[in-house]
Amino acid sequence: MRPVFAIIHKDIAIEFRNKESISSMLWFGLLVLVIFSFSFDTSDAEGIKPGILWVAFSFAGILGLNRSLSMESDNDCLQGLLLAPMDRGDLYLAKVAGNFVFTFAAEMIILPVFAVMQHLHFDLKLLWIVGITIAGTLGFVSIGTTLSMISAHTRMKEVILPILQIPMTLPVIIAAVTSTGMVLGEDTRGISFPLSLLGVFSIVYLTASYLIFEYVVEE
Amino acid sequence: MKRQTLAVLSLVMIPVALYFAIIYAPTEATMGHIQRILYFHVPQAVLSYTSAIILGLASLMYLIKGDLKWDRLAYCSAELGVLFTATTLVSGMIWARPVWNTWWEWDTRLTLQLMLGLLFVGYHMLRSYLPEREKRARLSTVFGFLAMLDVPINYLSTRIQEQHHPVVLGPGGGGMEPSMQLALLISMIAFGILYAYLLAQRIAIAKVEEEVEYMEQVVHA
Amino acid sequence: MKLALDSQTIGKTFGHFTALGDVTIQIPRGEFVALFGRNGAGKTTFLKIAATLMRPTRGTLFVEGIDIRKEPEQARRQIGFLSHNTFIYRDLSALQNLKFFCRLYGVDDSNDRLLGLLERVGLWRRANDTVRSFSRGLQQRVGIARVLLHDPSLILLDEPYTGLDAQATVMLNEVLDEIVKSGRTVILTTHDLEQGLRAATRALIIDRGKVVLSSRAGDPEVREAYSRHIMNGAAR
Repeated sequence: MRPVFAIIHKDIAIEFRNKESISSMLWFGLLVLVIFSFSFDTSDAEGIKPGILWVAFSFAGILGLNRSLSMESDNDCLQGLLLAPMDRGDLYLAKVAGNFVFTFAAEMIILPVFAVMQHLHFDLKLLWIVGITIAGTLGFVSIGTTLSMISAHTRMKEVILPILQIPMTLPVIIAAVTSTGMVLGEDTRGISFPLSLLGVFSIVYLTASYLIFEYVVEE
Repeated sequence: MKRQTLAVLSLVMIPVALYFAIIYAPTEATMGHIQRILYFHVPQAVLSYTSAIILGLASLMYLIKGDLKWDRLAYCSAELGVLFTATTLVSGMIWARPVWNTWWEWDTRLTLQLMLGLLFVGYHMLRSYLPEREKRARLSTVFGFLAMLDVPINYLSTRIQEQHHPVVLGPGGGGMEPSMQLALLISMIAFGILYAYLLAQRIAIAKVEEEVEYMEQVVHA
Repeated sequence: MKLALDSQTIGKTFGHFTALGDVTIQIPRGEFVALFGRNGAGKTTFLKIAATLMRPTRGTLFVEGIDIRKEPEQARRQIGFLSHNTFIYRDLSALQNLKFFCRLYGVDDSNDRLLGLLERVGLWRRANDTVRSFSRGLQQRVGIARVLLHDPSLILLDEPYTGLDAQATVMLNEVLDEIVKSGRTVILTTHDLEQGLRAATRALIIDRGKVVLSSRAGDPEVREAYSRHIMNGAAR
């Protein structure tokens, strides 16, 4: 397991140095919030609010995935990782962990800004939303890491990633938006269904990607 | 079965199915004649999911065996998947307009078809960005397999939406009279044969296309 | 006699294109092999298969007696691979890069050892500088240190001299000479005949995916085969 932690540590060290991933994700997410706030008047339509949040998270997340993969293509560093005596599946887990950490960090700054913009109270509800964010982000990066590695082999990497990622993560969006809406609307009956869907999604794609990752990274 | 046999069979069965759907089957009580579109909509929907399953399993077989014929099966069935998803959506919309007075509703089935369609299109777009044969096969089969896993998950997610949107009765319909069931069965068989023919034909064309691609490479080398 | 590399009918096809035919070669320990071939001949493909970066379509390959298909991770511990890409992270310092690779390989990552390694490649004074500030030659030196740090017995170098200045070339040659003297095996691909033959004990030529020559480096037929397969073949 040591190589896995070494990779996560390395990704965090690099991010500390250049801060490119989190800052770009954060800024882009905030801009999406701003655009939506200008485009929609949510005072009458409470139902839109969770959607705005998760659209911001999704687009910021895709940006983060792109950045993470370009970090490894610089100097062909991915090859260096493939030379290491570690299982390809473990490499996948290390990358998922790193992507999760950065995406979640950006989301935890976007969320309070969203709360302020949308006149939400800072109460226990937000804690619930943090929990939903963890579940949703895990699902998002579990498939996103695999798709970004697939996209890395194509000539239009940044374009093809969202084309693949968005359809694949529609269930995550649906479940996350629904449960966030339930929390904001203070009617959480049946919230276990979308939450378990998020869990199922993550388990399915973490497992499938772990097993299949060697085919994705091979030259 | 030989392709010609399939072609002849579908040439025969489709008009038969049309007869059963339009003339033989009784008119439905509430919706009237527009309900007949179900005899086309349902088989096409079933075949779109069939395409997804073939895509997923053929992709898995390619990853295990490495034989390009599996990749060929995968992308041919994915092409048919785009076709049948589109026709399902269109027939669904044609049904929706007179019945719901709108061209679109976020009905479970239609939403699912849309999601499926996006996955099929994404698959083909990925392939179009990969010029090398082997890499194209390897990466698109990974995506194809993962996309197939998404289908049941998508289904569950549309059930989530159902909790919040009224459950609209799609062209699936409730209980059916035996004569309607017969018409539907015949339609399923007819479209199933048509599907098999289209798939076989597409694979044959694909083999030729790949030969041409190979020769072009040889000439340029 | 232990074989550093034992390749048996290794083949690689990409769709219809055959990059490697049946490559069967045995390289004993301690040899310094110069591998020549035109662009697209299959040298890099073969090296990448040997380094477990690519899977062969058929055949088996043993590194130090380990089957790379059955035990790839064990094999990787014995292999060091360097191409003209250095595989190092530009945003980290030289020392941080080496520390990372040590942890990846599970070897001792103490500062003393790593600084010693950096000194060997002439980078001791710049251990804490970010690699981004290094010239290509200096980056390649970090790459060389990376290759050595897990003490591999088989070192594969894919055109390592590309883009190196004279000073870095001399340093690389010194390091390679040391490695071979300590009993390790080196396989090096290059376009430059003289550079390749400088310290080589064995010469291999791959042409269109097949091994067309395998002999002692000093043999006169090496030069003849080189000009036949590599120089004249260009117009084909």
